[in-house]
Amino acid sequence: MKKEQQLDMYHQMVLIRRVEERGAELYQAGKIGGFMHLYIGQEAVSTGLIAAREPRDRVITAYRDHGVAINCGLSADEVMAELLGKATGMSKGKGGSMHMASVEKNMWGGHAIVGGHLPIAAGLALGDQYAKNDNVTICMFGDGATNIGYFHEALNLAKTWGLRVLWVCENNQYGMGTSVERASAVSDIRQKAEGYAMKNAEVNGMDVMAVYEAAKEAIQYVRKEGQPYFLEVDTYRFRGHSMGDPERYRKAEEVKQWQENDPIGIFNKYLLDTKASTRKGLDEIEARVEEEVNKAVEFAEASPEPALEELFTNVYVEEVNR
Amino acid sequence: MAKITMREAISQALMEEMDRDPAVFIMGEEVGVWGGTYAVTKGFYDKYGADRVKDTPIAENAIVGAAIGAAMVGQRPIAELMTINFAFSAMDYIVNQAPKLHYMFGGQFTVPLVIRAVGGGGRQLGATHSQTPDAIFAHFPGLKVVSPGTPEDAKGLLKSAIRSNDPILFIEHATMYQVRGEVPEGEYLIPIGKSKVQRAGKDLTIVTYCKGLELSMKAADELSKEGIEAEIVDLRTLRPLDMEPVLESFKKTNRAIVVEEGWKSYGVGSEIVSRMYEEAFDYIDAPILRVAQKEVPLPYNRALEQAALPQVPDIIAAAKEVLR
Repeated sequence: MKKEQQLDMYHQMVLIRRVEERGAELYQAGKIGGFMHLYIGQEAVSTGLIAAREPRDRVITAYRDHGVAINCGLSADEVMAELLGKATGMSKGKGGSMHMASVEKNMWGGHAIVGGHLPIAAGLALGDQYAKNDNVTICMFGDGATNIGYFHEALNLAKTWGLRVLWVCENNQYGMGTSVERASAVSDIRQKAEGYAMKNAEVNGMDVMAVYEAAKEAIQYVRKEGQPYFLEVDTYRFRGHSMGDPERYRKAEEVKQWQENDPIGIFNKYLLDTKASTRKGLDEIEARVEEEVNKAVEFAEASPEPALEELFTNVYVEEVNR
Repeated sequence: MAKITMREAISQALMEEMDRDPAVFIMGEEVGVWGGTYAVTKGFYDKYGADRVKDTPIAENAIVGAAIGAAMVGQRPIAELMTINFAFSAMDYIVNQAPKLHYMFGGQFTVPLVIRAVGGGGRQLGATHSQTPDAIFAHFPGLKVVSPGTPEDAKGLLKSAIRSNDPILFIEHATMYQVRGEVPEGEYLIPIGKSKVQRAGKDLTIVTYCKGLELSMKAADELSKEGIEAEIVDLRTLRPLDMEPVLESFKKTNRAIVVEEGWKSYGVGSEIVSRMYEEAFDYIDAPILRVAQKEVPLPYNRALEQAALPQVPDIIAAAKEVLR
């Protein structure tokens, strides 16, 4: 990989981290409503995955979607504006934290029903199969989603019909507050893919280059073979499930242990060790992120609220009597 | 005008639209090799092939969910649910995904999807296979719910549904596939969201749709023999609901009943009557009555099942009651 791309990935990871840290502050200040699920600790997963796609490959994810949106090319401005529910958000303030998307960036949401987007992901791939192209759909979901019926219906359909989906299980060890062992019959989640005769692999999700390499190989397989692939990515969220998480289910030492493997720290060291950048170069990226995030917060705060008439727009595509 | 069955009307609509637009395809349980459990897609598999007539696993979430995804990226799938009773297995997609995606992402996604489903009782299929739960689905903004009562409407409305860019639940009735009716020659469309006066009359208004239309027409013929002329307004679309022809008729007759096959409580009639009270209170000369299914799960036994379903004599009795 070219070092420019690596530095771009570093920029994305730091940007996700800082957008979310500022988002958390704004949430505590009451400026962001609803649920907000932070991606902090998992940045290497979507950064590595999405770096490995071609622009024509589709991405769809669950509600922990701010990072995915940024990796797909949405600006910090749009993400922050949507968090604040402003008209300038990509979903015009109607979706919020859990519902970010962009057709232009091939980012198909931001879906908040656990497992609900997996059959939809199969459908995106079905649409491509029907159109006779070899686009790949990358579908990300948590470990918790692998226990619900949607998951099994979607994997079965994808394998039966040869749909080009890269299923990516972000195993962050907990579905809300319930550990994988307490909720899943098999804690080695990719075993579930074996049940559908689906090629699969496991990768360390704290190492962005490892994720990238695994994703590259997986995407190539999916595209070439016209078959789905299952990638289990081991990761960890450093923050609670959502902003209102008492975190009674895990010990501070466990969190600390994972934080020592901070994906940004690991990548920072890698870039220095491989001489892809100097300390000064990385400091400059971090300084640039600070500016971007400050600007995004200013942009979001200064943006208008959606007009009240927006309440009734986009219920249907076609005009209807209410 | 040609006289064809409801089954032929629906079949023709599907075929014409598949011929017209290559983005249209069908997916569902036994739609292909089998030819459709109600034989609506008989011959389609041979004509269009497995790519366009897709037999699915028995997995309603996958059927409707994947159809939504394909629609989002520009195809125009028709997802068939073998019966509307299986729609409950795909409830998340029908009420919580398809109707929300356009709105929730600020208009970025469109879901040009038709979900065809067969509903209704009267075939001794027992409680879990005989329901008429149309009102549940009509509750959700973002979804359109269409349920025709004649072959002409079935064909014209289904063609419009397939061309629509909104998600649509198209509800057919299991006992009406052999119903015959005249349909116009050549291509025609019937707009979604328009109620229609199916029989003119001056003495009372019967508001109904789908199976209720068939029963109400028979009841109106009987009433006519006694000198009572009922005007029948067929809703055809439950959401968006077109109340104009209903109100127009009622302002003339001042007396009305609502006939539906589903349960009375929280049903279509509840909505229609509420709107009439809200929008035409000054025109009410008698309490508006509802004719609907008895509040029980439908039994298997034929006599018991028929006793639970609304019948022509129930409609006649209700009509006479509001004319008293």
